[in-house]
Amino acid sequence: MNTPVTENNETQDGGALTGLAHFVQPGELDASHGPVLYLDDITVSFDGFRALNQLSLTIDNGELRCIIGPNGAGKTTMMDVITGKTRADSGTAFFGQTLDLTKMNEAKIVQSGIGRKFQKPTVFEQHSVFENLELAMQADRSVWATLFARLDSESRDRIADTLKLIRLQDSADRPAGLLSHGQKQWLEIGMLLIQRPKLLLLDEPVAGMTDEETDRTAELFLSLAGKHSLMVVEHDMAFVAQIAKKVTVLHEGSVLAEGSLDQVQNNKRVIEVYLGR
Amino acid sequence: MTTTYRYFSKSVWLAMGLLAIGLLVVLPILHLGVDKHSSLYVSSYAITLIGKIMCYAILALAMDLVWGYAGILSLGHGVFFALGGYAFGMYLMRGIGADGVYHANVPDFMVFLDWKTLPWFWHGTEHFAYSLLLVVLVPGLLALMFGFFAFRSRIKGVYLSIITQALTFAAMLLFFRNETGFGGNNGFTDFKRVLGYSITAPETRVAIYMLTGLVLLGALLLGRYIVTSKYGRVLAAIRDAESRVMFCGYNPVSYKLFIWTLSAVLSGIAGALYVPQVGIINPSEMSPANSIEIAIWTAVGGRATLIGPILGAVLVNAAKSYLTVSFPDYWLFFLGALFIVVTLYLPHGLMGLLSALRRKITGGWK
Repeated sequence: MNTPVTENNETQDGGALTGLAHFVQPGELDASHGPVLYLDDITVSFDGFRALNQLSLTIDNGELRCIIGPNGAGKTTMMDVITGKTRADSGTAFFGQTLDLTKMNEAKIVQSGIGRKFQKPTVFEQHSVFENLELAMQADRSVWATLFARLDSESRDRIADTLKLIRLQDSADRPAGLLSHGQKQWLEIGMLLIQRPKLLLLDEPVAGMTDEETDRTAELFLSLAGKHSLMVVEHDMAFVAQIAKKVTVLHEGSVLAEGSLDQVQNNKRVIEVYLGR
Repeated sequence: MTTTYRYFSKSVWLAMGLLAIGLLVVLPILHLGVDKHSSLYVSSYAITLIGKIMCYAILALAMDLVWGYAGILSLGHGVFFALGGYAFGMYLMRGIGADGVYHANVPDFMVFLDWKTLPWFWHGTEHFAYSLLLVVLVPGLLALMFGFFAFRSRIKGVYLSIITQALTFAAMLLFFRNETGFGGNNGFTDFKRVLGYSITAPETRVAIYMLTGLVLLGALLLGRYIVTSKYGRVLAAIRDAESRVMFCGYNPVSYKLFIWTLSAVLSGIAGALYVPQVGIINPSEMSPANSIEIAIWTAVGGRATLIGPILGAVLVNAAKSYLTVSFPDYWLFFLGALFIVVTLYLPHGLMGLLSALRRKITGGWK
């Protein structure tokens, strides 16, 4: 951070001083002081139904957070708001301290470092596994650049590394549509990781996986925490127990409880919501 | 098509090379250099027919780029084809000079309307280079504007198809009006010369015919480059899972806009090559049925294969030339039946059928 400061206390490229001993770079993630994701008072309604109701939530840098909650609690809508797919009616959403997510489009949000895995695995079924990773990899995203793009050896190495990480190195040339359900989930996770995101949003990542695959996924996520921040939405409580340090329970569009899995499971209101009165 | 589809196998390259030599070297020689009474003589009817079908093949290729690879089914590509044709037709009309029926300095239809001077948009069209520029720019800009608003508003699927259909229909109605300044429902015809050469001379016809073949070949190679580039893979990914592409950080709008505009420009060039060969351009080229026919050629040949649509355009038009002469009443029934059969039984068109047959014979994957 050695950008020169002009007289009126701004960096030359227009960023303001934070007063926190370093300069803010416009358009860059700054999570050096606290949370990587900061949602405050977010409300989203669809035809009068409040999918999110004054939701406030923060995720710390390098944290692995599990989000649970009954159907319709607003988990997917929350991810839609973070990734720009749905616009919040009110409230603020910040990525780091400088990036206002409510003012960015989907592509910009991804480029700034938020990767998302959908509930239903969505990979490019007609493309080979290798090509899926190639398309997801960080690179210039303009039409012109892709028309003349050639894969360099560094990129090939990164794809090879990712293939190994997601254990699909033997299927590199197969069309992704021929993979098993669990393998597609892994491929999609690989497509996120190769983008080197700072924050990963994972919607039911182990749905449809065998027990063995689930265990490996848990291992993978635990190894990622620290380097990346992860937000995992999951129904499989055994899986949550394997990875969770901190759990947030959503109910009717807002946070019902937050804490360790034990604390949450013994919370009276949580029991009420899940089991009925 | 899956990624295992190769562009192209050795035998396809060989077949294309032989075909190119046959069409671009042998046929012109048999037309120009052989005595008319010889059995080897190729008639000017045949040259014109093949030239016309090659124009349709360029159009089908343009359609394949947007429909096959980007999943955008345009039912209005006829408008780009016709605009390219009209743009070059203006040059051909100016080339008539004072040799028209009324020996006036303006085209005959303007005499008919009692117009003494050319409207502003006709200025400069006497220059060959300027009219070529118009051939590219007019369809290109229309496509760019239309595409920008349509893709930005995320209009897709059947809605987009209907709007493109409306676009070509509206353009047809506009061009039907005499006041629009493009000859009303008669359009442009009675061309005399191009670049100073008589347009009916066999040498001129052969030159335009060969140019059409070269443009077709060039368009095929350009298309091949595009669909095998990373851009082409992104485009196919948009077709298959657009939201995933967005969440990979791409902006699908600019990707669609590029191929859409390129396709419109190719269609316009095809139209410009078509007009001097058939000798007429009128608003019926913009009729919705014509645009639907383009989609049928593409579907018959096989989407997302590049050569399939060319094959489809050739076969359907050859059948059309034969059937409209021998059984004029049944052509539309045939076309309708063809569309139903292809949709139901040949979702990958003739190319899909061919590769399925080959797989059955060799038993292998490739």
